[in-house]
Amino acid sequence: MRITRYAATFAAFGVVLAGCSSEAGNEVEDAAQETQDVAEDVQFDEGTTMAELAESGEITIGTKFDQPGFGLLNPNTEAPEGFDVEIAELIAAELGIAPESINWVETVSANREPFIQNGQVDMVVATYTINDKRKEVVDFAGPYYEAGQDIMVAAGNPEGIEGPEDLAGQKVCSVEGSTPAQNIRDNFPEAELITYDVYSKCADDLANGNVQAVTTDNVILTGLVAGSPDEFELVGNPFTEEPYGIGLEKGDEEFRSFINDVLEESFENGEWAAAWDRTAGAITGEEAPEPPSVDRY
Amino acid sequence: MQFLIDNFPLLRSAFLTTLSLAVASGLFALVLGTILAGMRVSPAPTLRGLATFYVEVFRNTPLTVVFFFLFFGIVEIDLQFPSRFIAAVAALGLYTAAFVAEALRSGINAVPTGQAEAARAIGLDFGQSLRTVVLPQAFRTVVPPLGNVWIALAKNTSIAAGFAVTDLTAALQRLANVNADQILMVFFAIVLGYLVITLPSAWAFRAIETRVAIVR
Repeated sequence: MRITRYAATFAAFGVVLAGCSSEAGNEVEDAAQETQDVAEDVQFDEGTTMAELAESGEITIGTKFDQPGFGLLNPNTEAPEGFDVEIAELIAAELGIAPESINWVETVSANREPFIQNGQVDMVVATYTINDKRKEVVDFAGPYYEAGQDIMVAAGNPEGIEGPEDLAGQKVCSVEGSTPAQNIRDNFPEAELITYDVYSKCADDLANGNVQAVTTDNVILTGLVAGSPDEFELVGNPFTEEPYGIGLEKGDEEFRSFINDVLEESFENGEWAAAWDRTAGAITGEEAPEPPSVDRY
Repeated sequence: MQFLIDNFPLLRSAFLTTLSLAVASGLFALVLGTILAGMRVSPAPTLRGLATFYVEVFRNTPLTVVFFFLFFGIVEIDLQFPSRFIAAVAALGLYTAAFVAEALRSGINAVPTGQAEAARAIGLDFGQSLRTVVLPQAFRTVVPPLGNVWIALAKNTSIAAGFAVTDLTAALQRLANVNADQILMVFFAIVLGYLVITLPSAWAFRAIETRVAIVR
């Protein structure tokens, strides 16, 4: 008797929690309905990754679950949403796989290479910067987007920070182990770098004045500014080039050129720009940039 | 191997940071924990209540929450630690003190009541009998649990990596991302760093335990 009463209490609590889902989430969900058509009767050469995936009818894709505009988990649908997700769905569609048949796996910066190497995911679309070290263990299709390191400051920019040179003598925050943090360490040693494990702590420190700036890829900062537009602003002067690529198993040349073909097609037929407008563009209010050119190395 | 040599300066400073975090907060926790244990057995109800309250609050709060409070909570009431390292030492020390106090209290309870009664009978007051008669015996019986607390503390220092202190775990995050091709080597180096602290501690505690054991 008592057990059932407890169970009822928990169930009621769960209903309340489920009811707390945001309006914004629903809007994004509606927008996500207008995705591209799934290809039918796809044909691929025997033995290729594409043939295997098309045959099985499903694909496992790693993306971020915590990156507004690129890959953010929607608690209602339990599926991620964002620009990376749309790009991944585009590719899956060309394999004849509907968005519902995609198994999403959360990948964070530290586990992307192992997940690809161990075959836990078929590909990774997760704000994944292409670089030579990573190319030694995985291959990259794309880039499909060119991000850049930028700086976020307190609203009104009290220190007058316009670029990385102005960080000298200032306390600047980033995340330990990230490429932007390493860039500050290597190229702007005059700046006093403080590294947390997540960007939200950097934002806290910027809000309470313990640091004067936060630096990382502009897409991440955009998400933070969108969260508290009264407190933060973006300097808007990217000083690095971070080409985002799609990570896949090393040596799978056919799969890589297939993805590159899909990306180039989407650049031309406007699907790429439409995906941007639905996701990251909806947060920043900026128009879709020029698509980057695919690097077929 | 070349990789380890190239990154030796970072690994060494990260190791020293972890070690000094553990030692500084360990000493802080030992002092505070001893005071708390004394308060918990004292005849004054206010002191007992305060110490019990402290122990229950810190023993039952996750360490990450304590860190968060000291880094981002107290700013709201215009308080601030002079450096993030000191804030981390404070968080680790305040948290661990609760466990030290409980370990020590069990040791105090293990000292036969007759000892304290005899001390009072020859004219020592509560503080004197605690310091000169009860605590020295209590410490001897709680060497193994204190060893556990110390090793847990040495590993708990890794929480500081998430709070802007470049310890071994922070070095792990930094090196793992920059050296995607060397991840196993990075893990090996970091784990070795922790073992260098914890294994000799375990041996030392065993040696102390044998040495100070009360022969009954």
